[in-house]
Amino acid sequence: MNKVFHVMYDDDDILKDAASVLVAKGIRVKDVFSPFPVHGIDPIIGVKRTRLGIAAFMYATTGTTLALLGMWYFMISDWPMNIGGKPSFSLIENLPAFIPVTFEFSVLCGAHGMAITYLLRNGTLPGMPASNPDPRSTDDKFIMEITTEQNAMPAEELEAAIKETPLFELSIKDYK
Amino acid sequence: MEFKFEGRTKLVTQVLMGIGLLALIGGFLTDGSAHHQRWWANLLINGFFWFSISLAALFFYALNYAVEASWSAVIKRTFEAMWHFLPIGAGVIVAVLAAGQFFHAHHLYHWMDSTLYHEYMIVDGDHKQYVDEMTEGAVANPNYDHIIAGKQPYFATWFFWLRTIGYVATFLIFARLFRRWSLLEDEQPSLDLHFKQFRRSAMFLVFFAVFSSMLAWDWVMSIDVHWFSTLFGWYLFSGMWVSFMIMLNLGLIWLRSKGYYQEVSSSHMHDISKWMFAISMLWSYLWVSQFLLIWYANIPEEVTYYTQRFFTDYQVPFMLTFFINFAVPFYTLLPRDTKRNAKFIVPVGLLIFIGHFADVYLLVIPGTMFDHNEFGIFEIALFLGFLGLYLNRTLNALSKAPLIPKGHPMLQESKDLHY
Repeated sequence: MNKVFHVMYDDDDILKDAASVLVAKGIRVKDVFSPFPVHGIDPIIGVKRTRLGIAAFMYATTGTTLALLGMWYFMISDWPMNIGGKPSFSLIENLPAFIPVTFEFSVLCGAHGMAITYLLRNGTLPGMPASNPDPRSTDDKFIMEITTEQNAMPAEELEAAIKETPLFELSIKDYK
Repeated sequence: MEFKFEGRTKLVTQVLMGIGLLALIGGFLTDGSAHHQRWWANLLINGFFWFSISLAALFFYALNYAVEASWSAVIKRTFEAMWHFLPIGAGVIVAVLAAGQFFHAHHLYHWMDSTLYHEYMIVDGDHKQYVDEMTEGAVANPNYDHIIAGKQPYFATWFFWLRTIGYVATFLIFARLFRRWSLLEDEQPSLDLHFKQFRRSAMFLVFFAVFSSMLAWDWVMSIDVHWFSTLFGWYLFSGMWVSFMIMLNLGLIWLRSKGYYQEVSSSHMHDISKWMFAISMLWSYLWVSQFLLIWYANIPEEVTYYTQRFFTDYQVPFMLTFFINFAVPFYTLLPRDTKRNAKFIVPVGLLIFIGHFADVYLLVIPGTMFDHNEFGIFEIALFLGFLGLYLNRTLNALSKAPLIPKGHPMLQESKDLHY
């Protein structure tokens, strides 16, 4: 039977030190639940670098394209507008007038796309069930999740190594 | 660790300075334009460009103190070294201004022509006496320029020179004081001295905020004297800041490759690259803001500046400069990895550095050379000469003090910077 260890610490620095010690012993930490982002924990437990920035760039580029396409259709093609006394009816010649809107729409799409992606990826959209093992990790406790599934070490040895760290509370459950 | 300025590095800067000297002499002799206008214009461009990088170094030093930034403590000696060109740059600018104002050696600044300000004149043979009111025997002055005459109080000789001397003196005094306190801090570390620099930096920023805008109007915007733009000062300020950031980044990459500044981590380099990126965007934002309003309003007195650049031979370099200074840093410096990679930063940095030199070039040239401009070996050689002089002064200053300011109270915090 696979087991999961939820190791609770009451300080982020203690958790970071404990994680370093465990990782040095070859133990793989699956995840960390914390009330706020713990600076510097990602490289210790080997979390892959986020690709949210790339996604944001793509959302923003989509926004730029949509804005330009829309304004070309509204202002040039469908109902030609006299822009600032420059009725040239050409997208490229009227481009300066479209820049503020294009910029704003790119930011809008980039920001909203990024926020929604973040919430979806983390499973934290409003109404989604909470995935943290203990509600105290949203208050002042920091929880590290270690599974036997990811570690070749026997459960007893893992437990002994975990108990050597200055933990606050340990709960062991069967892993579904 | 002390930086040693010797050997091949010193020789290279001296060779560049030699090229510059040859360009100065050869350029003056071969310059066919009236009053050696091209020679003077290029002297002003280079003087201002390299002066502005030094000024931005002084500004950035004061900014880091005023906001109590700790990350830059370990590299603050490079800022100090980079402002050692200030007296030379200021000297070149003042020399160009004085040559125009007092010796009429060139005609870069149209407003320096004293005949523009009087509506009438009394002609007596070859002698012309200019008067402001219609009196007996007076005739209309054909040189009279209503718009420039309206700016007479601002361009009054005494007021203009009071301002110019005021800016230069303020910058030089603050630069001297900052350097003295910084060196003193190495010997007698004290928090009092640190907070004294903190207060004086804040004071400097107040002066700088006003003076950086006004010197842009006085020295650069007044070339196109019929035209004005209220954000011109910030536009030039952002340009000088980003040029400085590039210079700092490339300089640190070079110093690190020579084995100096091993305390500077990739986090520091990342932060400097972020500055490069951010200030490039500030510059582009101000460029567009200035252009957009003038383009949209389309008022004849405002569009002169852009018609002179868009509908002439300057169109291609003008658009290309904006494209390089905006699009290149935006697309190349956006990802995290390129900001930390010298293989990206060096070519991108060099490209936008030249882009910002071209920006200063295009601020001065269209209003002084109009459609008779030439670009040749002289311009390139003079640029290289000033580059050599700038590097020579900077590296010489860098070798005069320890690279790490060991008395700085936030030194350890700076070394521990982690991103």
